[in-house]
Amino acid sequence: MGMEEILRTTASRWMEGTGNFSDVVISCRIRLARNLEGYPFPNALSETQAKQVIKEVEDAITKVPKEMGAFQFATLDDVSPLERFVLVEKHLISPQHAENPIGRAVVIKEDQSASIMVNEEDHLRIQCLLPGLNLENAWQEASQIDDMLEGSLDIAYGEKSGYLTACPTNVGTGLRASAMVHLPALVLTNQASRVLGLLPQLGLAVRGLYGEGSEAMGNLFQVSNQVTLGKTEEDILANLSAVTRQIVDKEKEARQVLLEDAREQVEDRVWRAYGLLSNARLISGQEALALLSDLRLGMDLGILSHPSPEVFSELIVITSPAHLQFFTGREMSAAARDMERAKLIRSRLS
Amino acid sequence: MYCDECKQRPATVHVTKIINGQKHESHLCPQCAQKDQEMVSFNPSFAIPNFLAALFNLNSQIEEKILPAQSAVCSKCGLSFEQITQTGRLGCNECYSEFADKLEPLLRRVHGSGQHVGKVPLRRGGSIRQRKEIEQLRALMQQLITREEFEQAAQIRDQIRSLEQGLGG
Ligand SMILES: [Zn+2]
Ligand SMILES: [Zn+2]
Repeated sequence: MGMEEILRTTASRWMEGTGNFSDVVISCRIRLARNLEGYPFPNALSETQAKQVIKEVEDAITKVPKEMGAFQFATLDDVSPLERFVLVEKHLISPQHAENPIGRAVVIKEDQSASIMVNEEDHLRIQCLLPGLNLENAWQEASQIDDMLEGSLDIAYGEKSGYLTACPTNVGTGLRASAMVHLPALVLTNQASRVLGLLPQLGLAVRGLYGEGSEAMGNLFQVSNQVTLGKTEEDILANLSAVTRQIVDKEKEARQVLLEDAREQVEDRVWRAYGLLSNARLISGQEALALLSDLRLGMDLGILSHPSPEVFSELIVITSPAHLQFFTGREMSAAARDMERAKLIRSRLS
Repeated sequence: MYCDECKQRPATVHVTKIINGQKHESHLCPQCAQKDQEMVSFNPSFAIPNFLAALFNLNSQIEEKILPAQSAVCSKCGLSFEQITQTGRLGCNECYSEFADKLEPLLRRVHGSGQHVGKVPLRRGGSIRQRKEIEQLRALMQQLITREEFEQAAQIRDQIRSLEQGLGG
């Protein structure tokens, strides 16, 4: 399997719609920041040094035992700009990584559950994405990749400060753990900001996914840890898991309230979304996201028996701008994309 | 059904609000619903470099009063602390030791701690891991002594000794 095939395979493991609390928690992610001892951090790295770092990582990857899974390596300037943004939409690399390809590389596990960004803010950003609330497994997998790389790379580490990172907000464990949660009922009942507003006091950050500034589109939110130093990885994950489970409970309570007190309105909303999505001829990304959220709520409440939950995540990804253009094989205006998006959604729902 | 708000367009958005345990239902058209839409605003996504720069500057202002002219640079990457405060990014791993005094209060403010207690690298962290193990065993030994379980405490003591010999000291 080459990079081309990874790009063409739309199904990633995190989209499976399975795992713990998968009716609320869409996916979870572990990201480990690591640096090589022998070089300055990427922001202070010369082009030659950047190439050396890439070479060292590439060599380390070839030593990975087969049972760890197959990994694909590519320098970013060998990947076209459009393809780089396909990787962003698949959540395999960050937008910053895609925007600045010079002296950067990426390593992707073939089932797309793990990736390594080389020379992003840190030399190594190991990340692991799984469906549902499955942080412990994602951590195990990321930590194994970390061990395997550390087997041949000298990782910058100090006994006092732990893993040394370019930004002091990541130092220590270098661990950023997050859960992507779908909270349509909390938003509908106007409780989202109250529930999520408590999280900063618990050492967690929240941001709306897909949306600029404060607007949370598709009712999708990402909850992540802020503190990386002075706590063990296990404590960080336990805290995030416990709080995420409480958010799940609140969302389920709100869904129950909606079903009991406003069943017709909810059903109406879900069926309208279904009707629009399966008939629209032009649909913007923003509208699609909002309607897909309603559709997913309908699936989770048993109002709709079809499609299956994984269609939700997959549709969000494949109707994103880079995916639309990559699969049609041409550059498209926003209007052309709206038409292609509508067509794609209709075909998936029929 | 017409919109509760403008009473002109059809209501397609049905909102149930729970305010202090009281349920409020409203039926709105998309336009009015948009206006009504709760501001889901949190501020955790404040720009980190600025935030850090602010923290750094706070420190350096205090620092400057005590040490007026100090422009030390990191011996490995050549960055000065002033440059670091501007970008919010350190230049290399050595910056952590070169600027340890200036970083310490910052790390405490961001993380509430200045001491790593998590993972130790598998290959190169051998002696660190052994030292951590010894610390844990010492704590255990103390517990056993206070519980007057001296036989077990003696066993732990021997274990600590052999680990210490392995470390060469
Ligand atoms: Zn209205
Ligand atoms: Zn330095």
